[in-house]
Amino acid sequence: MTDTSASQGIPEPEGSSQIIETDYEIGQDNIETRIGPFGLDIHNPVFVVSGACIIAFVFYTLALPEQAGAAFSWMFSAVTKGFDWFFLSAANIFVLFCLLLIVLPVGSVRLGGAEATPDYSYIGWFAMLFAAGMGIGLMFYGVSEPMSHFASSIGGTAAEDGARTDWAPLGAAAGDEQAAIRLAFAATIFHWGLHPWAIYAVVALALALFSYNKGLPLTIRSAFYPILGDRVWGWPGHVIDILAVFATLFGLATSLGFGATQANAGLNELFGVPVGSTTEVILISVITAVALISVVRGLDGGVKVLSEINMGLAALLLLFVLFAGPTIAILTGFVDYLAAYLTYLPALSNPVGRDDTNFMQGWTSFYWAWWISWSPFVGMFIARVSRGRTVREFIICVLLIPSLVCVLWMSVFGGVAIQQVVQDGYTAAQEAPLELKLFKMLDGLPLAAITSFIGIILVIVFFVTSSDSGSLVIDTITAGGKVDAPVPQRVFWCIFEGAVAIVLLLSAGGLQSLQSMVISTGLPFTIVLLAMCVAIWKGLQAERRAL
Amino acid sequence: MFNRIMVPVDLAHVDKLERALRCAADLAQHYGATLVYVGVAAATPGSVAHTPQEFAQKMADFAAGQAQARGVTAEGLALTSHDPTTDLDPTLLRAIEETGADLVVMASHVPNLTDYIWPSNGGTVAKRAKVSVMVVR
Repeated sequence: MTDTSASQGIPEPEGSSQIIETDYEIGQDNIETRIGPFGLDIHNPVFVVSGACIIAFVFYTLALPEQAGAAFSWMFSAVTKGFDWFFLSAANIFVLFCLLLIVLPVGSVRLGGAEATPDYSYIGWFAMLFAAGMGIGLMFYGVSEPMSHFASSIGGTAAEDGARTDWAPLGAAAGDEQAAIRLAFAATIFHWGLHPWAIYAVVALALALFSYNKGLPLTIRSAFYPILGDRVWGWPGHVIDILAVFATLFGLATSLGFGATQANAGLNELFGVPVGSTTEVILISVITAVALISVVRGLDGGVKVLSEINMGLAALLLLFVLFAGPTIAILTGFVDYLAAYLTYLPALSNPVGRDDTNFMQGWTSFYWAWWISWSPFVGMFIARVSRGRTVREFIICVLLIPSLVCVLWMSVFGGVAIQQVVQDGYTAAQEAPLELKLFKMLDGLPLAAITSFIGIILVIVFFVTSSDSGSLVIDTITAGGKVDAPVPQRVFWCIFEGAVAIVLLLSAGGLQSLQSMVISTGLPFTIVLLAMCVAIWKGLQAERRAL
Repeated sequence: MFNRIMVPVDLAHVDKLERALRCAADLAQHYGATLVYVGVAAATPGSVAHTPQEFAQKMADFAAGQAQARGVTAEGLALTSHDPTTDLDPTLLRAIEETGADLVVMASHVPNLTDYIWPSNGGTVAKRAKVSVMVVR
């Protein structure tokens, strides 16, 4: 690392910090050209190679769906089963690392230099990082995950040839309703709480630190400068960035596809809109169109506004369910579930010697790989909007607050659904398919028509906010870290993403097989993230010395 | 007639600005006005500068260089924007107020098809600004 004091070269960021001096000029590998009337400013070769690879992969899955499906699902199960211990250990390291940064003195380092002021207010900042980070999963799994764990826990354990065949977490809670509820929520919160947000925080912090304090371009490769040196500007860096583009685009496209399915199911339930590819294609087109308006209006005029609307709507729905459901029971549940989470946390996060193999591999390991494969996108977006925060403030707001909100969300939505089953004998949500569980739960509450409609709108808005921030991220990576590339480029990525989603949706099994592939990218990225922890540590030490 | 002339500049493409820069300098000499060069960039490292401070320094240097080369008085103003691609126009309009400029001289391309979808920055500023705007093509 060739740190140099500010007086020797580039002026300091606001207040003291340690700029890395490198001969690389941001944008030096870029091609500025015009295609017809459209101006372009793209990184060579990241833009072209990632675009071509994506098209090639889409053709491969379309041309040989069975072969591709088999290959991807083999890869997926090899990764989540063979490396479960690795994912679990790595995620634990990320949580501990983040918690350490809160309490250690390096937490006082400010992103953007000691005197930098935050770019966004707390509300706008929080809305954006939350909308990009959790998004749709809350809608999809808020009701279904606690119910699944509850059902498997109360069913008890089953074994064949000495191996567990049930999907219950830990030792299950056969027949004990209260214990099963506590275990179900501990497991759900475990998957949506500290661990996923620690994964995002590590990536976001690495990128923000190396961009705002060290002066490197805002792309994934910059976090590798302390390890690879000037080689990050060559092919090792290109590969890292291309992989990130790949994971981001396919992650978004598959989610768009699944989100369209859920929105379609909801619309069918509410208005009798036919379920089928026509409706889903229309839905994806609408989501892409709204995202397009958002990216053209820009970060402040589009993305931030939508994120705030999104957060407002989500809060409204949450409060409604809280007060329309058994309020007192939910609130005591919230405290109780949080306590259960802390009680079971050591056992749930233990990476070795467990016998609940199905749960550990099929849920936890799957989730960790999924969060990690999304981390380049979410991390980079969080980095983009977090300038001016101290490391401590940053970690508290990216790790602890979203975790608490997720706990609350799951306690309310899952809590009401389980109460419906246990207290009222209302089993519609329990019996419904995954994409309908949320709407069936809302059916059991008053004003179901209105709340279901808000639910559908939320599903769509959550997608728009992922789609627009994702397009901005891909645009920045493929422009070599420049955030001021011409508008047609972000428009291109936004449309491309929608088009890939539509093509995959129309092909049988296309979405599933690509989702498997995206999750498989979680493995190389886990190594990337571990390296980022080292880079962050080194970088922060240098910043501290500069204070 | 004019006291302060604002000239938006993109330091990454100074070569394309020559006509506008010369025109602004001639007008400044004619009216004895001060030139204010305004640049807009994101806080993230970019091709021109790594930090807002470096950018401000480069704008000041640019203004000093122009002042010397063209024999006019000039200042540089560096503005930071969250998303310069889309926020350039409002940022420039704000800069007119901030600098107290009474004339804007800015370079723009010859309009083409995309101007129907995304109007040129020069076009938008000319349409919205309360002061005189001269768009140099």
